[in-house]
Amino acid sequence: MLMISPKMASGMQEKQYTPSLLSFFIYNPTFGPREGEEEKKILFYHPSDVEKNEKIRNVGLCEAIVQFTRTFCPTKPAKSLHTQKNRQFFFEPEENFWMVMVVRNPMIEKPNKDGKPPTVEYQEEEMLLPSCLLQCYSMYKLFNGTFSRAMQAGGVELLMQKLEKFFYRYLQTLHLQSCDLLDVFGGISFFPLDKMTYLKIQSFVNRVEESLSLIKYTAFLYNDQLIWSGLEQDDMRILYKYLTTSLFPRHSEPELAGRDSPMRPEVAGNLLHYGRFLTGPTNLKDPEAKFRFPKIFVSAEDGYEELHLIVYKVHSLVCFLIASVELTREFCEQLDSLVGPQLTLLASDICEQFTINRRISGPEKEPQFKFIYFNHMNLAEKSTIHMRKTASVCLTSVHPDLMKILGDINCDFARVDEDEEIIVKAMTDYWVVGKKSDQRELYVILNQKNANLIEVNEEVKRLCATQFNNIFFLD
Amino acid sequence: MAEEHYLELSENPVQFEHASSVNNVFFDEANKQVFAVRSGGATGVVVKGPDDKSSVAFRMDDKGEVKCIKFSIGNKILAVQRTSKSVVFPDKRSLKLLKSQSINVNWYQYCPETAVILLSTTVQGNILQPFAFRNGTMSKMSKFEIELPVVPKPAKLSLSERDIAMATIYGQLYVMYLKHHSRTANSPSAEVVLYHLSREGSCKKSHVLKLNTTGKFALNIVDNLVVVHHQTRLCPEHPPAPVLLLHRPLVFPAGPAAVPSQPPVPCQLYSSSWSVFQPDIIISASEGYLWYLQVKLPPTVNLLQDKGKLMDFLLRRRECKMVILSVCSQSAYLTAGSLPVVATVFDKLNQVYKDYLEAEQSYTQAMESGPSRGSAAQKRPVRTQAVIDQSDMYTHVLSSFTERKGVSHKFIIAVLMEYIRSLNQFQITVQHYLYELVIKTLVQHNLFYMLHQFLQYHVLSDSKPLACLLLSLESTYPPAHQLSLDMLKVPNNRPETRCCSTRCLGRSSRETSDSGEAPPSTQVSTARSTWLTSSSCLGSRR
Repeated sequence: MLMISPKMASGMQEKQYTPSLLSFFIYNPTFGPREGEEEKKILFYHPSDVEKNEKIRNVGLCEAIVQFTRTFCPTKPAKSLHTQKNRQFFFEPEENFWMVMVVRNPMIEKPNKDGKPPTVEYQEEEMLLPSCLLQCYSMYKLFNGTFSRAMQAGGVELLMQKLEKFFYRYLQTLHLQSCDLLDVFGGISFFPLDKMTYLKIQSFVNRVEESLSLIKYTAFLYNDQLIWSGLEQDDMRILYKYLTTSLFPRHSEPELAGRDSPMRPEVAGNLLHYGRFLTGPTNLKDPEAKFRFPKIFVSAEDGYEELHLIVYKVHSLVCFLIASVELTREFCEQLDSLVGPQLTLLASDICEQFTINRRISGPEKEPQFKFIYFNHMNLAEKSTIHMRKTASVCLTSVHPDLMKILGDINCDFARVDEDEEIIVKAMTDYWVVGKKSDQRELYVILNQKNANLIEVNEEVKRLCATQFNNIFFLD
Repeated sequence: MAEEHYLELSENPVQFEHASSVNNVFFDEANKQVFAVRSGGATGVVVKGPDDKSSVAFRMDDKGEVKCIKFSIGNKILAVQRTSKSVVFPDKRSLKLLKSQSINVNWYQYCPETAVILLSTTVQGNILQPFAFRNGTMSKMSKFEIELPVVPKPAKLSLSERDIAMATIYGQLYVMYLKHHSRTANSPSAEVVLYHLSREGSCKKSHVLKLNTTGKFALNIVDNLVVVHHQTRLCPEHPPAPVLLLHRPLVFPAGPAAVPSQPPVPCQLYSSSWSVFQPDIIISASEGYLWYLQVKLPPTVNLLQDKGKLMDFLLRRRECKMVILSVCSQSAYLTAGSLPVVATVFDKLNQVYKDYLEAEQSYTQAMESGPSRGSAAQKRPVRTQAVIDQSDMYTHVLSSFTERKGVSHKFIIAVLMEYIRSLNQFQITVQHYLYELVIKTLVQHNLFYMLHQFLQYHVLSDSKPLACLLLSLESTYPPAHQLSLDMLKVPNNRPETRCCSTRCLGRSSRETSDSGEAPPSTQVSTARSTWLTSSSCLGSRR
């Protein structure tokens, strides 16, 4: 992706290129161990129009590197390969299945005088892309189960079909240039709520699960923030990502459309409550309308179970329920009449809390501190830097260079286990502070004229005391 | 299957010499004393009361048939009536007329508990005139009319003394009227109509208890329950006195024959010599027994299917605590499929608990702020059995419930959370042992992610014991380390402010509070030292 640099040198512009995906492939070396059978190893390859031999060559190269590096460290194979022009990331999600992502390094094209072709400078920087690769796999697994499961169900052919179907669409949604620290964390934003309302939600969830035995897990979101999850953390993490970056934006656009827009969904006017299905039947009153629920795979005691995802929404309150068998129209109607009214009440309770909170904390203005916080234990994340996050757009109020510094600090933290604190003076008046304490990471960006180390330290302490007063940070 | 009866006669009745040709038995309702007068008093009068350990015996001259004989309070003065117009006091005393009132009276009834006398006036007898005796004065209350089922023409006495009884129910005075035939044509059954006599003197019809049958009836009041004895079928129906707000009383169907427990000497139930006295006395003159009617609560739990109504019923009874707790832990009740019922029951119990706590608190405050501030001295609120507090619930119901086999762990957690929700709703501080129970159950079933969320949202309020418990879980669940350190950092000397405020605004989830307090960062070093000392409370941690 091309970005025009603000730096103007002698009237001619520099062009900056951000990292871009060169290729992505999945292979299993055990499928074609012998000479002449190399093609069988390749399960998926993007871009698909590349010549067959080149595919085999690329896969072979990765395989060789991994094998070679294994001799030095059998337990930890190579994770990435850096060359001047590109970088390759390797990931083994399941035994003998490898996923590889090849990304072109960011580069700057500097124009040359005298009509010479422009020189290209490749940049060295930490990239936060391994987490992206992991996410690709998790997302695939959410909708299709593991690779081995597909193998058991229908052999290599089925697996290849599934991979093709999934990744062909998914790779189009990947935006590597906007992959930043939050993507590395893959965290969840939680919605602040008072105890009484939270207990009411618990009560509601328990009753729904009791009355409708088909429902196995329930979770609650409000305004894209999580309140309660009955799912295990890892499952919730990827599901949250899917909901906030894919499902909700897809459905909110029609809602935001004007009243007369043809995009506006037919709201089945229900006088009793405001609930409606986001997945499943959009109009319960129409008996002929077909509907389906997406199938997802969540971890269970003995592997994985396949469940149906029901997303049910009342205003900004979304409740999703995960049911174990194929669902009928009667069930949907039963669910609607049971859940709708109660959820409407809960939604108005929460909305009331929300507006009171907003009134107390003041109107939306420039936040006092710019920070990103993440807790590895419960995946809670908070960012005052990101303003709106969707799959396609990620607005940050902070210069990309500073974001890069955050990424570097994060990589540093990942290398060691101990708690540490790193303070970086960036360009002009910017200071970046990274604190790591017992599974928690906090990154603060300060802009203070002529500040020194001590002052910066005091500022960060002040931030911890006000924003994170009930969290124990080691000094 | 043994039939469970819910009414019984007291185990140790007052025994007296039964009525015979030489022995007359009299009963004084005011002092609840039985007089056995032999030979007009010549061979002895034996007086037995409910509380007397020994009976009083004396002789008096036989001056004729005794019509009525009573003692004053404390057995100080004896009064004997031998003729229809004179009363004799054997001891010489002086008598002074305090007040006189002239009314045509058909009959009267006197209620000793409230010191109110009810006079039947007019020809039909259904205009009742009450008088209240207070502080040595007699004051007239407003009269009221009893609706008769049939208005006789020409007018004659249609309301007899036997159809009226006075009773105190929930501290209020009621006049109960046994209406044998209801006015509505298609239901010839009998009814008990209750008229409420308020202290201000006004009287109005308050409740109608439909009996759905006819026959001979007698009324008792036991533990604020109206007991209707029905002689023909030998089973007392048992409509309880309704809540004052309800206008449709609960009527039990004529249940299984409620057989009173057998006294040591077998005697015939509802024999013709049985007399019923208010509020809860049954006397068999021919056999010489005086019984108190008692309610046995445990069998009553099967009478009401609706657990909410059952709780309402039980919460108003005297000896209700263990019965309520057993209802709560009955396996039929705490099985899956009954969460809304569980919630209702908890709410009812906690309402009563909360009322008691508030009364205690205002009493303590009044005492602390000094006596005699113009208002009358407050009495210390009495803790009735209906007050079920958290330790009761924990000991008798919840701790054994969490150990029960065959119940899904989801349901166990759901029930615990319902109880905590109910306590929070009534703004009662939840005791830490309840939180510990929740944590232990979650840990037992590996529901760590749930535990983490509960702690994050302060559902399980911070406290030092809880922090220690979390530290001890670290080997099973590493994040507990982080959670407990956070908990120790927060000033944990005011857990009340967290649970009790309904408006915990902005101070909710740990990671997401928008507005925060600003305790000084020196808290951290205090927290560290607290942490070091608390590790000693666990003994060897690793």
